[in-house]
Amino acid sequence: MSQIICTDLALGYDGKTILSGLNFSIEKGDYLCIVGENGSGKSTLMKTLLSLQEPISGKIEFSDGLEKAGIGYLPQQTVVQRDFPASVWEIVLSGCQGRCGLRPFYNKEEKELARKAMELMGITQFRKRCYRELSGGQQQRVLLARALCATQQILLLDEPVSGLDPKVTLEMYTLIEKLNKEDGITVIMISHDLTAALKYADKILHIGENVFFGTKDEYLSSSVGRMFTQMNGGDE
Amino acid sequence: MAQMFEKLQFYMQYPFVQYALIVGVLIALCSSLLGVTLVLKRFSFIGDGLSHVAFGAMAIAGVLNLTNDMPLVLVITVISAILLLQTGKYTKLKGDAAVAVISVGALAIGYLLMNIFSKSANVSGDVCSTLFGSTSILTLSKFDVWLCLALSFVVIVVFILFYNKIFTVTFDEDFSNAVGTKTNVYNRVIAVTVAVIIVLAMNLVGSLLTSALIIFPALSAMRVFKSFKSVTICTAIVSVSCSVLGILIAILAGTPVGSTIVVVDIAAFLIFMVAGGIKK
Repeated sequence: MSQIICTDLALGYDGKTILSGLNFSIEKGDYLCIVGENGSGKSTLMKTLLSLQEPISGKIEFSDGLEKAGIGYLPQQTVVQRDFPASVWEIVLSGCQGRCGLRPFYNKEEKELARKAMELMGITQFRKRCYRELSGGQQQRVLLARALCATQQILLLDEPVSGLDPKVTLEMYTLIEKLNKEDGITVIMISHDLTAALKYADKILHIGENVFFGTKDEYLSSSVGRMFTQMNGGDE
Repeated sequence: MAQMFEKLQFYMQYPFVQYALIVGVLIALCSSLLGVTLVLKRFSFIGDGLSHVAFGAMAIAGVLNLTNDMPLVLVITVISAILLLQTGKYTKLKGDAAVAVISVGALAIGYLLMNIFSKSANVSGDVCSTLFGSTSILTLSKFDVWLCLALSFVVIVVFILFYNKIFTVTFDEDFSNAVGTKTNVYNRVIAVTVAVIIVLAMNLVGSLLTSALIIFPALSAMRVFKSFKSVTICTAIVSVSCSVLGILIAILAGTPVGSTIVVVDIAAFLIFMVAGGIKK
């Protein structure tokens, strides 16, 4: 069953099209990696999927019980967050904000949800710690726990391992894989790291001058994929 | 020491001193609440810009010869706050440039109006007391006191009701948008509340010094505390105690209220900076 179907999508900003003719669909339980050169529109596609901006043309359909607010999002870290005085608990709990609507305070179920998400990410012991004092990998796990509070169905991850050292990167990938395989959460990930994309994902969306969408094996034997892997495969 | 208390006791009998203290505490409490958000959202200068707008609005109220200038000042400042937030995203004039243009413009026009249309003999005295507050907290009319009380109450209730939303929107706007929180609405709520706070704070410290009242306690608290909640509570306590201390010192020493409060705020900031350094 498809959760998201994009038909003939054209993307861009300020009225400028940077990507057009995009057709793809995301099934429940997929692990999709979006790859492509810098400036090819990966982040724009992400923002469009999250309804943070409107597509220029074409349409995105959400189905299979998925609502707009049902997507958990792991954004890249912002400058503001670097000196933000907030405890881990406050940040994870804020992931429930979408469920609150106009209600001003969090209820018991939401607090329970946040507690479970922290357990799943192994950050329960940091509950009272200050976010800005954690290491990069720990911070990412906090933000992932927050994203889990927003959804049980689908996660959008924007460069989840950028700036992390190799060991922590591996931990992060393992964690994401576990969420995908064991908890059945659909994962959409933007990545620079093609080696990891090919290792963990089961579908690839390559955007840029040539667009490709299909399974990992199809990608490896396609002309787009062969060219891109030869260019990038060696150095990552 | 005993003499000081006697002097204080003597002053406390007067209703204008009592009003000043009550209103001062409430204004200090309100102005501290959104300080953290403004600092973190890099909005400090919006507060500053708005206070200049409020000065311009006060000049207009003066020209129109209004007995109660606060309602007009309030309306103009709130509208400017909404406009300033809009500029960030949609127009060619970006963030700080827009703030600079509006605030300097309002300051110049305000002074010009006061000069041309003033009926009083002491224009520079009027300007000075509008900018630096000098004694305005001690000369509040009954109407002003009630308006201050009502507005402070509204600000505090709004802050408590929107506390979690303000946190989420401040920490991560993109994420909040993605999970369906209407960040535009809450940004506007924040802007309007800031405008109200600035108009309130003008009574206490004058228009030029309002941002000090908003920013300093927040910066102090952020040096030492680690969670949003503890920072917010500490900010409120610091702000209220600095203001009370400032008002009392001003009464005893005969110094201008506004600048005395700000100096106490600065002293508190230095203490917290040292404390934060030791804690690390």
